[in-house]
Amino acid sequence: MTHLGVEICGLKLKNPTMLASGVLDETGRSMLEVACAGAGAVVTKSVGAQPRHGHPSPCIVELQDGLLNAMGLPNPGIDIYAAEILEAKMGGVPVIGSIFGGDEREIADLASKMQVTGVDAVELNLSCPHAKGYGAEIGSTPELVESVCKHAKRACSIPVFAKLTPNTSSISSLAQAAERGGADAIVAINTLKGMAISPVAKMPILGNKVGGLSGPAIRPVGVRSVYEIFEAVKIPVIGVGGISCGYDALEYIMAGAVAVQIGTGVWSEGVGVFGKVCREIMQFMDENGYSDISEMVGVAHPARP
Amino acid sequence: MFTIAEHTQETPSIKTIRFKETLSATPAQFVMVWVPGVDEFPMSASYTGHGFGITYQILGDGTRALASKEVGDRIGIRGPYGNGFVLHGSRVLVVAGGAGMAALGPFIEEAAAKGAAVDVVIGARTAEEILFEKRSMLAGGRIHISTDDGTKGLKGFATELASSLLDKERYDCMYACGPERMIVGLLKLATEKGIPIQASLERLMKCGIGICDSCALDGKHVCKDGPVFSETDLRAMAELGKTKLDHAGRKVPI
Repeated sequence: MTHLGVEICGLKLKNPTMLASGVLDETGRSMLEVACAGAGAVVTKSVGAQPRHGHPSPCIVELQDGLLNAMGLPNPGIDIYAAEILEAKMGGVPVIGSIFGGDEREIADLASKMQVTGVDAVELNLSCPHAKGYGAEIGSTPELVESVCKHAKRACSIPVFAKLTPNTSSISSLAQAAERGGADAIVAINTLKGMAISPVAKMPILGNKVGGLSGPAIRPVGVRSVYEIFEAVKIPVIGVGGISCGYDALEYIMAGAVAVQIGTGVWSEGVGVFGKVCREIMQFMDENGYSDISEMVGVAHPARP
Repeated sequence: MFTIAEHTQETPSIKTIRFKETLSATPAQFVMVWVPGVDEFPMSASYTGHGFGITYQILGDGTRALASKEVGDRIGIRGPYGNGFVLHGSRVLVVAGGAGMAALGPFIEEAAAKGAAVDVVIGARTAEEILFEKRSMLAGGRIHISTDDGTKGLKGFATELASSLLDKERYDCMYACGPERMIVGLLKLATEKGIPIQASLERLMKCGIGICDSCALDGKHVCKDGPVFSETDLRAMAELGKTKLDHAGRKVPI
């Protein structure tokens, strides 16, 4: 019997697909719909200390092979977010609270408050490429990543995932720093920093000028990142970037991911993408003699001694 | 980018832009309109196909900047997005409040062209703000007017006019676009009379493509599941007529 269930830092997922932060996850009800559509877990939109409007529009540019976005971390603020978590939890799958902050103290405070909302784990957004003072701006050096993870870990007693940026010369150094800081798992990757210009308007299209590239275009970067991180750390890795079918997820799993997150795939496939990816993974397992996801994790690497 | 072919004043607060480009859309489908350097916002197609157009009320910085654009100027258009009105039956009642008529104009033409008998209720604040009266008449619609101040037609709301029509006539379906309190009222009427209703809703919209969650309404997304919702969905919406999300995703009263 093919088994799709996975366990990450004590969180039991019925399948290895998770909703990635930033997509259909501002409201609890939308997360509930995604859970009902088959996701094994959902991650909230990144929540900060204060309500935040995000960047001026346009916030999205549709490209042939992905999306460029500069939402700018809009969120209602941690103090009123518990109601959304409560509703999301009705989906019966683990809910992971994503947070962003400007320094260690703010992130520690948010981690503690996020735990109180009832989430099963906290994901640290150390990687948003387009919000001044947040995200990748405090997640680009190993020193800061280690320090932020340490403070977040001290402030809460649930698992802490560190979501890392690929906009760096060595993502595995960031992963090692997160592991030293006590992070329980690594999530890789966030979007790649990018820009689109309208030649007719003679200006960048996004209101924020700079945004983050997601979707199929970045999958090879994500797979390579997970592959490198898997060899650099002992904690579990969750793969994200350009997954919209079973084979995409299998690339990440074989690179070393214990689970995957899907965001932009919801744009191209709708919320049915989670069920679709699971069915296709299961079919591959049946055809290739695998009975448990764990048998495939990291098999693309030469045998470890 | 699309090039402006015509820019006309419809009422003191409503203007129409027709483009040189062709874009086919189902009535009530919308496009995201980018005024470079200012803002991007959703607008329903008021003319579709050749001579594609949008009709908008000047409300904020974005539409004010749009209003200053001239023939030959170019603006960004992406879409069309969302679903649209679907003609159901051969005798229909269309109810528009204010600029809501923008999305209904092309529907009235389509329904009449397909042979349906179309009663059109146009509600406006005052006589000079009535939109697409002549256009609807030319399409073959039977026009009924209400104004808040009584300067034309019935003094009162479009829902009152719709209610008296529903008492006299039997319709196969009702179609609505306008203020949400009007849609709530029409939904109640449709439920009482046992007829289906399709209503086009409006929410703050950022991505327009079903991912950012800013237009969420009880787990549905106006940009992708809508903007047109039918009675079953509308009745299940606890937030309808009560709350909407602001730019930060906070639920605020409508």
